[in-house]
Amino acid sequence: MNKQQTLAAERRSKTILSVVLGVICVIYVLPVLTVVLNSFKVNTFVKTDTFAFPSGESFAGLDNFIKGMTFGNYPFYKSALYSVIITVLSTFLILLFTSMAAWYITRVNSRFCRAVYYLCVFSMVVPFQMVMFTLSKTADTLKLNTPWTIPVVYLGFGAGLAIFMFAGFVKSIPLEIEEAAAIDGCGPLRTYFSVVLPMLKPTMISVGILEIMWVWNDYLLPVLVLDINEYRTIPIHIQYLKGSYGTVDLGATMALILMSIIPVIIFYLLCQKHIIKGVAAGAVKG
Amino acid sequence: MSKKLRRDNSMIRQTRMWSPLFMGPVVAAFIIGFVWPFVQGIYLSFCKFKTISKAEFIGFGNYVKAFQDASFTHAFWYTALFAVTSLVFINVLAFAVAYALTQGIKGSNLYRTVFFMPNLIGGIVLGYIWSMIFDGVLSRYGTSILLESKYGFWGLIILMCWQQIGYMMIIYIAGLQAVPEDMLEAAKIDGATKWQTLFKVTIPNVMPSITICMFLSLTNGFKLFDQNLALTAGQPYIIQPDGSTINTTEMLALNIYNTFYGSNAAARGTAQAKAVIFFILVAAIGLIQLNYTRKREVQQ
Repeated sequence: MNKQQTLAAERRSKTILSVVLGVICVIYVLPVLTVVLNSFKVNTFVKTDTFAFPSGESFAGLDNFIKGMTFGNYPFYKSALYSVIITVLSTFLILLFTSMAAWYITRVNSRFCRAVYYLCVFSMVVPFQMVMFTLSKTADTLKLNTPWTIPVVYLGFGAGLAIFMFAGFVKSIPLEIEEAAAIDGCGPLRTYFSVVLPMLKPTMISVGILEIMWVWNDYLLPVLVLDINEYRTIPIHIQYLKGSYGTVDLGATMALILMSIIPVIIFYLLCQKHIIKGVAAGAVKG
Repeated sequence: MSKKLRRDNSMIRQTRMWSPLFMGPVVAAFIIGFVWPFVQGIYLSFCKFKTISKAEFIGFGNYVKAFQDASFTHAFWYTALFAVTSLVFINVLAFAVAYALTQGIKGSNLYRTVFFMPNLIGGIVLGYIWSMIFDGVLSRYGTSILLESKYGFWGLIILMCWQQIGYMMIIYIAGLQAVPEDMLEAAKIDGATKWQTLFKVTIPNVMPSITICMFLSLTNGFKLFDQNLALTAGQPYIIQPDGSTINTTEMLALNIYNTFYGSNAAARGTAQAKAVIFFILVAAIGLIQLNYTRKREVQQ
């Protein structure tokens, strides 16, 4: 075989590979497409004709979406709102306070700092079930059971990974920069906020993405801590559709699921690069 | 040098005065959200209690009860089997996809985007999506995912593959891109076939990524909760001769949850003991991983 033939053969095998992967990709999005199909279907047809296109008598139009808004005796917009509030507040608190603490820990490096740091690393291997009962009671006693106060619980339980990641990055920043700032008359506070913080931006994005994904999708912590008659997040809302009123309206459930994953997919497509980088950076945690 | 040291010290001294601001919030939240519940949890695992205020110390009784509980040992073996099975499937498939995507084919970026996408959907939502799909298929044969435990098992495997392959793929792609180009070139010149290059050059070079991914999928499998709850919630149930029930597709985390918040509040001590056992198990896997990756870093 001469060189040209080898190249042609290689090109051909690459095309075949590309087509095979393309087919797998189509299969990969089928579950989401099934959700879309069924969100426009009358409930009774969801179970019998799951994979058929909605047509004629099985087509429900927007009924499922309208019904879904008030479905399960709790308005959907409220759980969406609470999900947003909790995610935004928790992520903000975690980013601000853990980055400050990680900088302090790395620079001061006293015995107390090292103790806090190792406790944080240790907390990363502790599964939530270990503390769920006592944590929910503690949160109850301290009135951390509302969407506006539960971020404190997230800050506490999520501090480990964030401090670990920030501390790793701070160690790589040359001390000379901060020394220069100190010589120019910056106090620690100003050094941190106008010199260190801007440099932390890439890690901020990675940690932020990880925390957003965790808090937004979290089910067990909020369901145990919040008073769920009053406050529900989206995962709680969807879980409580089942079992509350006998048979579930699958069509309306799929409409709700579609409404809850559309923002996630848009968010993903907008900052895909950062998300993939952040997730890869957080691979140290299980 | 000594001048620099002194300057550092004065910088640190100044910084220390601000410790309440820098450390205060995190330490306070960390005590509330982790340290105190953790310590209290250890203590309560040796107590008999329905509410925390009325806890009575009883020693190792809860642990004995936990190990005697047939539903707990069932959940343990079920979880272990699930974790290992999902580890094999997820890693083999994720590696294959990552390998294919690093061959410089057309559309790699688009494919990568698609494969990673399910990772962002939460466990509860995933569970409901797949329970609809599985029941859509199984109802044609007059059955349901809730009726047979083997459907529940393989259903959960498929669900986890769908969710996790994209994640592991990202780690594998990073590893594969770091394989030195000249090594691959040298293998080619020496006349190695594609398979020989894969097994003798590529795989040994991505071993660190393989280790990370294997540990990740193992711990993910052990800690699985949301997907398990939403897909089958432990069904089908089997009633034992002694009247107790075993939820055949219930994993460890769900078993602990059900013991805590089930109808029998007196079992909370046992539940806390189970949680401690679960913690030791998961932490042991985590520590082995930490040890292993650290050793590798030293070698490199």
